[in-house]
Amino acid sequence: MSEETAVSERQANETKTIFGFWVYLMTDCVLFASLFATFAVLRNSTYGGPAGNELFSLPFVLIETLVLLTSSFTAGLGILAARSRDKQRVLLFFGLTMLLGIFFLTMEITEFHKLYLEGNSWRRSGFLSAFFTLVGTHGAHITSGLIWMAVMLVKVARSGLTSATVKRLTMLSLFWHFLDIIWIFIFTIVYLMGTAV
Amino acid sequence: MNKQTKRVFIAVVVLWFIGLMVWYLHDLNIAVLNPRGAIAFRERRLMIITVLLGLIVVLPVYAMLFGFAWRYREGNPKKTRYSPELTGNRLLETIWWGVPTAIILTLSVIAWNSSHALDPHKSLSVNAKPLTVQVVALDWKWLFIYPQQGVASVNFVQLPVGTPVTFNITADAPMNSFWVPQLGGQIYAMTGMATQLHLVADKAGSYDGSSANISGKGFAGMRFTVQAGSVDDFNNWVQSARNSPYSLNMDDYAQLARPSQNNEVKLFSSVDTDLFNKVLLQYMGPVREAYAR
Amino acid sequence: MLGRLNWQALQHNHIVLVAQISMTLGALGLIGFITYKKRWQWLWREWLTSLDPKKIGVMYVVVALIMLLRGATDAGMMRFQQATDGHFLTSDHFQQIFSAHGTIMIFFVAMGLMFGLINLIMPLQIGARDVAFPFLNSVAFWLFASGMLLVNLSLVLGEFSAAGWLAYPPLSELAYSPGVGVDYWIWALQIAGIGSLLSGINFFVTILRMRRPGMTLMKMPLFTWSVLNSMVLVIFAFPILTATLGMLALDRTLGMHFFTADGGGNSMMYVNLIWAWGHPEVYILILPAFGVFSEVVATFSRKPIFGYTSMVWALAAITFLSFTVWLHHFFTMGGGADVNAFFGIMTMAIAVPTGVKIFNWLFTMYRGRIRFATPMLWFMGFVVTFTIGGMAGVMMAVPAIDFQVHNSLFLVAHFHTMIVGGVVFGFFAGLTYWFPKIFGFRLNERLGRYAFWCWFVGFLLAFLPLYILGLMGATRRLDHYDASLGWQGLFIVAGVGAMVIMAGIGFQILQLIVSIKQRHQNLDTTGDPWDGRTLEWATTSPAPVYNFALTPSVSERDAFWAMKRHKNTEEPAYEDIYLPKNTPMGLFIAGCAFVFGFAIVWHIWWLALVGLLGVITCIIVRISAEHTDYRLSAEKVAELEAGRAP
Repeated sequence: MSEETAVSERQANETKTIFGFWVYLMTDCVLFASLFATFAVLRNSTYGGPAGNELFSLPFVLIETLVLLTSSFTAGLGILAARSRDKQRVLLFFGLTMLLGIFFLTMEITEFHKLYLEGNSWRRSGFLSAFFTLVGTHGAHITSGLIWMAVMLVKVARSGLTSATVKRLTMLSLFWHFLDIIWIFIFTIVYLMGTAV
Repeated sequence: MNKQTKRVFIAVVVLWFIGLMVWYLHDLNIAVLNPRGAIAFRERRLMIITVLLGLIVVLPVYAMLFGFAWRYREGNPKKTRYSPELTGNRLLETIWWGVPTAIILTLSVIAWNSSHALDPHKSLSVNAKPLTVQVVALDWKWLFIYPQQGVASVNFVQLPVGTPVTFNITADAPMNSFWVPQLGGQIYAMTGMATQLHLVADKAGSYDGSSANISGKGFAGMRFTVQAGSVDDFNNWVQSARNSPYSLNMDDYAQLARPSQNNEVKLFSSVDTDLFNKVLLQYMGPVREAYAR
Repeated sequence: MLGRLNWQALQHNHIVLVAQISMTLGALGLIGFITYKKRWQWLWREWLTSLDPKKIGVMYVVVALIMLLRGATDAGMMRFQQATDGHFLTSDHFQQIFSAHGTIMIFFVAMGLMFGLINLIMPLQIGARDVAFPFLNSVAFWLFASGMLLVNLSLVLGEFSAAGWLAYPPLSELAYSPGVGVDYWIWALQIAGIGSLLSGINFFVTILRMRRPGMTLMKMPLFTWSVLNSMVLVIFAFPILTATLGMLALDRTLGMHFFTADGGGNSMMYVNLIWAWGHPEVYILILPAFGVFSEVVATFSRKPIFGYTSMVWALAAITFLSFTVWLHHFFTMGGGADVNAFFGIMTMAIAVPTGVKIFNWLFTMYRGRIRFATPMLWFMGFVVTFTIGGMAGVMMAVPAIDFQVHNSLFLVAHFHTMIVGGVVFGFFAGLTYWFPKIFGFRLNERLGRYAFWCWFVGFLLAFLPLYILGLMGATRRLDHYDASLGWQGLFIVAGVGAMVIMAGIGFQILQLIVSIKQRHQNLDTTGDPWDGRTLEWATTSPAPVYNFALTPSVSERDAFWAMKRHKNTEEPAYEDIYLPKNTPMGLFIAGCAFVFGFAIVWHIWWLALVGLLGVITCIIVRISAEHTDYRLSAEKVAELEAGRAP
């Protein structure tokens, strides 16, 4: 195989992986769509328990949202740095993203914990089951994103920015932006519309 | 055996078998094809129309399948035409996009109209005053409540011929399906929901009913009898129910609702007037405690 | 420490005991045999850790065929119970058996055969050396195998679900099914389902990104087209299954109220969700079978497929429509007339593209030179049965008719006509057709014909009576019925039919044994035993690990047919080939997933955590791995090719 075709094959390989990742993100979209649909069906099934407007604190959730949005921004900066093969800035920005992600997750867990202590756990009603599952699934995605990020940070720190690493960082940031978008929907449908009623 | 005798032998066996089956079936009750009520009758007619329309496609398919297979088989002594470059034909393809589409359009009209005409929610426009029967699917029996008469029964329904009946159906058990094939199609019985089915019996007789949806261990035994007779028969039956030693208040109901299998027919002389709604409501909110105890 | 698991889990009645003992003995026998033959290393190196899609495909098919035996045994027991109206099985046991039968046949037989065939043939058909993500392929297979293992483990430890193959709540909720059965069902499907989803992504990307230059979409073989459509359905449908099973699991393990009768749950939502996956699932299975038939008819009629463009559009139409019909599975739920009529009409609309496909197949035979090899027989049998089933399907699409046959044996007969007559016949045709490509020799024709006739006649005997029984008011899933109903005669006929099908399976096993013994007489030395038309026949049989030493260029639709006419006499110029190295990580990931699923079924929380951490660790190890490919030098390729020249 000539050098040229080898290179073009490798590039084809990379676009193939990223294309595959997009397809995966689409399947994840369908998963979330199912959960959103379920939430929409169950949002009034409070079974005598509290509804959203009695439970949610908008300012708290707004801070959560801002934290996640900011982390998406820093992830974007991280990718720009990766494209220009700037190892230090990659570590800086993805490290920042990770911290913001952890902060977001902590806030979410705090909210869950508070609801649980108040007796409004997922066992209380269909509505709360749907709420915990939808928001919790997003949280689980964030968690796996954070684990992935930690692995990538170690990898970058150790062996620098190879093209394979950059490809993976690209997918990671795609994933992170995707979770951001899902969160916007959660913020709107679960929290804003939930408290507006 | 040579090829010829083999074919004859197979043909004889097949014909013998079909004959045997026809003889076997001729005096059995093919319930869906043997309707005893207006709804079931119209549903059977729909079936026949659909099959006939379907045959417009199916028969040519069979003819072509065997015709082409025979004619264009390799080694056919008659030299048939071979067109190895034939990749399509616009006219033919248009025909078989078009003809099935036309059939389906016809069927769509039929489906649309019949869905509305035979909607189970739609009450029947017969002049007689309808009879209401409340149905509760339990683990694993059917409870029938006659609110107008104040009686109830397990696994037995008495109906006057010619009187439209409104069945209000719910469940205090996993999902079941209420089906009396000779009177008409089925509908689900679900907790916290009331579904409706309107039926009428046009001929006197005894008809089998069952649950068509699995609901646990005893589901196969969830059979009931629908007895259609004259108005006098109905009144006599109500009277016999009123003479029953059993009654059905909420405590009795709790007893009855416990899982049991292959239940015998049982009649109740009186019934809690709001039983059906209480059963329905207990799945709709925590009020159930207040209601049930 | 062990959650719900205790000695009672092992206690069963004598029928299950027989199954347990035979399964255990079978497993021990297999282990002993491999040890005796000293084949463990070989098995590990050549198969279990392989990333070669052809090997993975064979493993899929092997698992699926073994599961076919189990599913057929279940079917036989059900037929026996109903034919004797006896007390052979208790109602609970009977219900477990039909739940297992449905689950196994759909998820572990039909899906297994389908992914097997796709793995074996699709990369070859598009002239690729591999799939897009070979490692993902291995993970997907092992997840499938883990799910299979979990279903079968329920036979030994505990019980299986008794709530039907789709486990409608509230019956499948804790309140009515407190045992471990439904949990086994959930986790077996969840694990296998995630595998299917990964495969869906993998094959979708493979087809879109790895075709040979020149093979435009409209030059793709129809099998590949059908796979592409099927994979689109996988991508859109399987996440719904994942979500739905997840919610049912949360209900059962964490006390949530998605589908419970009380607590504000909504079981109708489950029915909607499960069919939003379930209906496309049916088409996921049937489309590749359609694809097989398109290849078979063209090859054995020695003609190109008639109306290729129509065929492609028909596939696309079916794919699209299959997402708009799910409600026809529950017209009887009491939805309004408008809703029912809409979904009924959409359902009937599917008959149009399906009919178009049948006419195009028939006209492919027209003016052909038809050879009645076994794959062609399966095709003929398919048209006969599928048309009956299709007509029954159109009937049931009319809501008012459906009210009278829903959940009756008429429905059971209908979907078996579609799945046995369509999917199973299709995959058998495909396996016979492509067998020489995979193993290098043909299957015995005579035994294949016997098997076909047994299946076909057995099928008619087993299922035509069920249509009539349904019309007589017999509902599905009855463990007993009243003798006065007069159903027994027809149930006996159906039972005889099941026995004839068993004889067919027997002939297939015999066919395999005889074919292996006589393989030297049936060797495929040309790589093209059927005078084929598509690229998979362009390479030698069995196909080498790299599929094609020289990747073929494509300019026409039936690429290999064209190549045969324009013989290429150039001296081959081989190049280096890069292929993925073997890895056991797929096996490990799925193994950990199995442990996770098993632990949750039995509420052994610490073990579940171990399983989950295991999965995560394996993934991290794998993505950190470097040098996952190896190089096959041009000289080596030339050497290999010289050794296998046709």
